[in-house]
Amino acid sequence: MVEVKNIRKAFDGAEVLKGVDLQVYQGDVVAILGPSGSGKTTLLRCLNFLETADSGELIFDGEQFHLGHVSKKDIARLRQKTSFVFQNYNLFLNKTALQNVTEGLITARKIPKEQAEKTGRRALAKVGLSDREDYYPHQLSGGQQQRVAIARAMATDPEIIYFDEPTSALDPELTGEVLAVMRQLADEGMTMLVVTHEMGFARTVSNRVIFMEDGVVVEEGGAKAFFEHPQQARTREFLQMSEKESAQGQQHF
Amino acid sequence: MINERLLNILTDSFWKILLPGLTVTIPLTVISFSLAMVIAIVMALVQFANIRGLKQLARFYIWVFRGTPLLIQLFVVFFGLPSVGIVIDPFPAAVLVFSLNEGAYSAETIRAALEAVPSGQLEAGYCVGMNYLQIIERIILPQAMRTAFPPLSNALIAMVKDTSLAANITVAEMFMATQRIVARTYEPLALYIEVGLIYLVFSTILTALQRAGEKKLNIQHQAAKSRRRRGGLWSR
Ligand SMILES: Nc1ncnc2c1ncn2[C@@H]1O[C@H](COP(=O)(O)OP(=O)(O)OP(=O)(O)O)[C@@H](O)[C@H]1O
Ligand SMILES: [Mg+2]
Repeated sequence: MVEVKNIRKAFDGAEVLKGVDLQVYQGDVVAILGPSGSGKTTLLRCLNFLETADSGELIFDGEQFHLGHVSKKDIARLRQKTSFVFQNYNLFLNKTALQNVTEGLITARKIPKEQAEKTGRRALAKVGLSDREDYYPHQLSGGQQQRVAIARAMATDPEIIYFDEPTSALDPELTGEVLAVMRQLADEGMTMLVVTHEMGFARTVSNRVIFMEDGVVVEEGGAKAFFEHPQQARTREFLQMSEKESAQGQQHF
Repeated sequence: MINERLLNILTDSFWKILLPGLTVTIPLTVISFSLAMVIAIVMALVQFANIRGLKQLARFYIWVFRGTPLLIQLFVVFFGLPSVGIVIDPFPAAVLVFSLNEGAYSAETIRAALEAVPSGQLEAGYCVGMNYLQIIERIILPQAMRTAFPPLSNALIAMVKDTSLAANITVAEMFMATQRIVARTYEPLALYIEVGLIYLVFSTILTALQRAGEKKLNIQHQAAKSRRRRGGLWSR
């Protein structure tokens, strides 16, 4: 469904993505792992044109695009089919939870307000926030804000949702509630590409895992195979390290 | 010091000063400030959106009107322009100058407020499919105007007092009314203090309105800011 070929991106001459390939099929939940600075965020941002890649191909629903030069019209069209969940939520600060969810429906998709609110309420109910519809972002906890952001992302009925470390800005106690919502989305068949540091989530929810380092894909495979029989020495090292970390921290799955 | 004659002058003049205050000073301020806001928002937006040509024009306009004295601007328009065939009545001339002058200052205030809106707001807008204009209109500008509210209220209070300069181009506002009474009665100290007190009352009312407005806006805004400052969550 979404295929990326040989994507490259440099910031001021420093190459951050050095030719990454990626496939996501319908219903896939793909987890992207990798140490800090490996280019995971940049990859996601390029896929949604928040950043312009230097080169590479994107095949979306069989349609081919050159990532280096996509027209504004195509960008707008592609963004209608995708959603993005940010690490720091980025809820519209001047809008209530419900308005956050309906804004894109009303302004971008020209859906009548009443119908948009119906959709919005349903989305908020799904993430367990029916009682917070009229709250402003600052009146919500981080976990609640991120759940609103997920409701906003799914309300537009996207073909794929990109998640950039959706839980890493959260206190450990709040991480679980967000992961639970994501797991539910995955169970319902939503296609998701998730950058995460949550090994438990990658192991139990995703069906495929991609391990990135220094702007290249080091290893990828089915989730089970990836965790049980990692092929690359570097992958094993990374997994051991994060196991140690999570033993000190908290486990959510 | 305060004898009966003076007291009579003060009470007599009170209405004679207050009336032009209500019919000239306040309308002059309200009209000029409203126009200034329109100018300022447009000038701030063309800079924020980096529209080539218009941005340079905005910079030039701001440079000129911030860099020259208000009084001279009034004189150029009212006494200067007639010599090239442009004659404007006192009141509209004052409105023109006050709105252009305040527009230049407030444009900078609003531009700074626009730039203070976190970039994630724009990105989130794009990601839900909105276009740039929609995001500016519905997300970024409302947040910026909230940030800009206190400094803009300040500017409004300053403008009420600055309108007294319009007396110099024969606008019959409060200060001019006072000057006329002084010329008749020779009581400059008492009368100028009296008009000063009326300005003070106007400013005090506006200050109270500003407080109330801020309180209302801050319900949403300030808390969001303090959260951002407290947690490191928003840094990247
Ligand atoms: N706008 C930018 N300008 C310059 N350099 C950037 C920019 N964005 C990212 N980089 C650099 O690109 C590299 C990859 O960053 P990226 O955010 O994609 O990493 P990441 O894998 O998401 O890391 P993390 O796990 O810490 O989020 C980093 O070295 C970063 O400094
Ligand atoms: Mg990142």
